[in-house]
Amino acid sequence: MIGTEILIALIKTVLVFLVVLTTVAYLVLAERRISAAIQNRIGPNRVGPFGLLQPIVDVVKLLLKEDIVPTAATKPIHALAPIISITVALSTFAVIPFGRSVELFGRRIDLVIAGDVNIGVLYLLALTSIGVYGITLSGWSSNNKYSLLGGLRSTAQMISYELSMGLSVLAVILIAGTLELPKIVEYQAGLNWFIFLQPVGFITFLVASFAETNRAPFDLPEAEPELVGGYHTEYSSFKFALFFLAEYAAMITASAVITTLYLGGWQVPYLEALGLSQGWETLIQVGAFALKVVFLLFFFIWVRWSVPRFRYDQLMNLGWKVMFPLAVVNLLVTALVVLAV
Amino acid sequence: MSIPPENKRYELTFWEKIYIPELVKGLKLTLDQLLAKKFTRQYPEERWTPPPSFRGRPVLAVEENGVERCVACGLCSRVCPALAIEVQAAETELEKERYPEFFEINMLRCIFCGFCEEVCPEEAIIMSDEYELAFSTREEALFGKDKLLMSVEKLRPRLNYLHSQY
Repeated sequence: MIGTEILIALIKTVLVFLVVLTTVAYLVLAERRISAAIQNRIGPNRVGPFGLLQPIVDVVKLLLKEDIVPTAATKPIHALAPIISITVALSTFAVIPFGRSVELFGRRIDLVIAGDVNIGVLYLLALTSIGVYGITLSGWSSNNKYSLLGGLRSTAQMISYELSMGLSVLAVILIAGTLELPKIVEYQAGLNWFIFLQPVGFITFLVASFAETNRAPFDLPEAEPELVGGYHTEYSSFKFALFFLAEYAAMITASAVITTLYLGGWQVPYLEALGLSQGWETLIQVGAFALKVVFLLFFFIWVRWSVPRFRYDQLMNLGWKVMFPLAVVNLLVTALVVLAV
Repeated sequence: MSIPPENKRYELTFWEKIYIPELVKGLKLTLDQLLAKKFTRQYPEERWTPPPSFRGRPVLAVEENGVERCVACGLCSRVCPALAIEVQAAETELEKERYPEFFEINMLRCIFCGFCEEVCPEEAIIMSDEYELAFSTREEALFGKDKLLMSVEKLRPRLNYLHSQY
C-alpha cells in the first residue's frame, strides 16, 4: 500500500514539475512578446510559428555557453547558490492545491502533492524566506562588489516585506481558522473569496509578493543601471539558467499562492448549479485555477513594463512606513471582527 | 540663496500620495499601447521604398541606346571627400569623345554625401535608391562598372527630383 502511495506522489510531482517548467519557458517568451507589444514592437516571432520555439533555442544557447567561475570566488558556495534558488522556487508547489480531490481507480486522490500538511501556510512562508539565501550567497561568493550589493539589497528588501506579507496572511488564517491550504480554498466557496473579504490584505500581500520575487518595481537586487547585473553578474551558462529559471518559477509560485489565498484557488462560483458530472467539474476547476494564475502572471509582466523601479530609500519607506502599519491595522481590525462575530 | 519658484519641489496631492490611482493610470496607458498598432517592419519580407530625396549607393546612368553618360572628366573623383572614386579615361569614336575605361567606387569608403552627383556636369553619376549594402569580403565592396551601370529609366524619379531642386 505504501508503495502505491509513493508512486502516486511521484507521478503528481513529475506532472507538476513538467507543467511548471514548460510554463517558465513560455513565460519568458510571453514576457518578451508582451513587453514588445507595450513598446509598440512585435518581439521574437521568427523561430517557429509566433516564435513558439524560441524558449527551446534560448535554453540550448544558454547551455552551450562557457561556464565561467571567477578565480577569486568561493567555489562551493558559488555553485550552491543557484541550486538553493531553484529548489526553493519549485518546492513551494508541494502544498498548492490545484483542484478538489478526485476518485480515480477506486481511490481518493488529492490534486495537491502534499495535501495533508497541516502547516501549509507556514511551510510556504518558511520556504520563500529561504529563497533569500540563494541570492545573498551568490552575491557574496562571487567576490564582486556589484554582486554583493545586489545580494545585500535583496536581503534587506525581503526581510522588510516578509513582515507585511506574513501579517496579511495571518488575517486570512484568522478568518479561515486553518493553516491547511486546501481548507482555505474550501472556505472560499462561492464568491467568498478573500480578495473581497480582505481587500487591504490582498493589496499588501500583492505588493509584498512583487518584492519577494524581485520583480519590477522592486527589482533592486538586479538593477542593471547601478549594479551591472546584480547578484548574478558573475554567473554564466547553466548556473545562470538556473537563476533565470528560479526567478520565473518564483513568479509562478507567487501567482499560485495569491490565487490560493485570495482568488479562491480552484473555486468557480455557482458551478454546482450547472449540475455537471464530477469529472467535468474537476476539469473546469483545475482550468479556472490555471486561468487565474495566468492572469496574475500577465499582471506581473504588465506591471513590470509600466512602473519604474523604486529608489532604495523609497523601497524601505514603503515597506516600513506604509505596508507594515497597513498590514498591522488590517490584522487588528480583522481580529476584532472575528472576535465580535 | 533662494530657490526660484519654478525649481521648487512639486507638492503631491492627496490622491497622488495614495499612489494607487496613479499606478492604475500608468497601467491603463501601457494597456492601451499593448493593443495599439505596432511600428515594426518585418524587414526581409516588407521592404522600405525610399523617397526620391534619399541618397542610396551612387550609380552610373546608362542611356536607352546602351551608352553610359560619363565622359570620365574625373570631377567626381576629385570632389569625393572620402576618396572613394577612381576613374581612368579612354578615347571613343562617339560624339562625347571620352569614356571611363575603368570606374570603381569603394563602397567601404563612400559616405553617401552626394557631392559626386552634385558636381557631375553630365548627370552621369546619380545616387540611386538602393540601400542594401552588405559585404562578406573587402573585395566585394569594390564596385566596378559591372555593378555601377544602371539604366536612366530606373533613375527617373531621382532625376525628376533633382531637376525640381536645381
